[in-house]
Amino acid sequence: MDILAEIANGVITGDDERVAELTRQVIEQAKPAQSILDDGLIAGMNVVGERFKAHTIFLPEVLLAAKAMYAGMNLLKPILIEEGIPSIGKVVIGSVRGDLHDIGKNLVGIMLKGAGFDVIDLGNDVPPEDMVKTAGEQGASVIGMSALLTTTMPVMAQVVELVDKEGLKVSTIVGGAPVNLEFARGIGADAYGFDAANAVDRVKGLVGLA
Amino acid sequence: MFELSFSDVAPERRSVLQDQGIPPSAAVNEQIEAVCSEAMATILENAAPAALVLEISPEDFARVYHGEGRNEARTPVGDIFRESDHLALFAITLGRETSHEITRRFERNDFAVASMLDAAASATAENAADLVQQRYRKSLEETGWSAQEGGVLRYSPGYCGWHVSGQKRLFEFLHPERIGISLRESFLMEPLKSISGVLIAGPREIHNFSISYGFCSQCETRSCRQRLRALYA
Repeated sequence: MDILAEIANGVITGDDERVAELTRQVIEQAKPAQSILDDGLIAGMNVVGERFKAHTIFLPEVLLAAKAMYAGMNLLKPILIEEGIPSIGKVVIGSVRGDLHDIGKNLVGIMLKGAGFDVIDLGNDVPPEDMVKTAGEQGASVIGMSALLTTTMPVMAQVVELVDKEGLKVSTIVGGAPVNLEFARGIGADAYGFDAANAVDRVKGLVGLA
Repeated sequence: MFELSFSDVAPERRSVLQDQGIPPSAAVNEQIEAVCSEAMATILENAAPAALVLEISPEDFARVYHGEGRNEARTPVGDIFRESDHLALFAITLGRETSHEITRRFERNDFAVASMLDAAASATAENAADLVQQRYRKSLEETGWSAQEGGVLRYSPGYCGWHVSGQKRLFEFLHPERIGISLRESFLMEPLKSISGVLIAGPREIHNFSISYGFCSQCETRSCRQRLRALYA
């Protein structure tokens, strides 16, 4: 098996030590970093994402795969930066102001990184101004907002309004247990993700990759 | 203050796996079993459940419930509590270590265990709140309150139109700091795995509100229906 296929397989099976070892080897062999990323790490995560959507694997297996992917990515990232290889898109994510619940947001961040996005995670209880300011400063393509409380959902609308007011060329996506598509449309968000995998698909759509 | 031991509120493996999207009928492979076992062992090691309950008069509760004046115009709790027999404020927490451990696991890219541990902690916190609710009901029965047609349910700021800022007055009255819970400026509790609110005891039918409040259409969870079904089970 080709070593990049082996890396992909290591990601799929959640074998982080093996992925780290193989990534080290291919870096030493001077394989192009873009190819290691696309044909090894992301290729593996793409298979995992498809299996998750087909319900043939479960969330813990996706997260074990993500850990394996990160094990390789941590070794590769300095080279990607050095060679100026851009990510497929930059996404600012956070749980909105007043909301401390961040597990769903964390999962979306993990899966976005797994798909090759550059993710700026602002954490939880994030004021609308911080989300919009960071997106503008970092040149992000998408702002992803999460809320678990019905009382914090209106903050999502404030973020969308602020994006419009500032005239930022950034798309918005919302998610979280009390949120639905109707709400997303009502506040003028560009997309709604019903779970982490779906959010990744929607974000890909927003940046023109789907 | 209610004494709580971890063994009384320990999460069921099945419910933790279910929270992670694994149906009870699914075959669980060795990898997932290992993750689950590690999460269960970690919560056992880190959780320090504690609870606080304080009876409150309807007049005092009206002041607590009004909070910062940011509730929705009409809410279930606003309609229910005036018809109650007894009211009590409550708070439960698993302590700081569990939340810290979840954060540490995420920071170490140990995502699967972190996520499973978060699910186990949420289930433990809910079990603790359920236990407090049961014990409150039992304590009322011991004082002669007829539970035959009655029911006790809990409601929390942040849900069903009770604005999360309601935590401020709830804290001023209950002082959950005594069990290690603090309130952030944004009215959210630290540690995160804490639950606070009001226990409302009264005829079961008062809890059976129609889901026609303005905010119900925006709610995807409908958890109020599950709790109501449990009350009538």
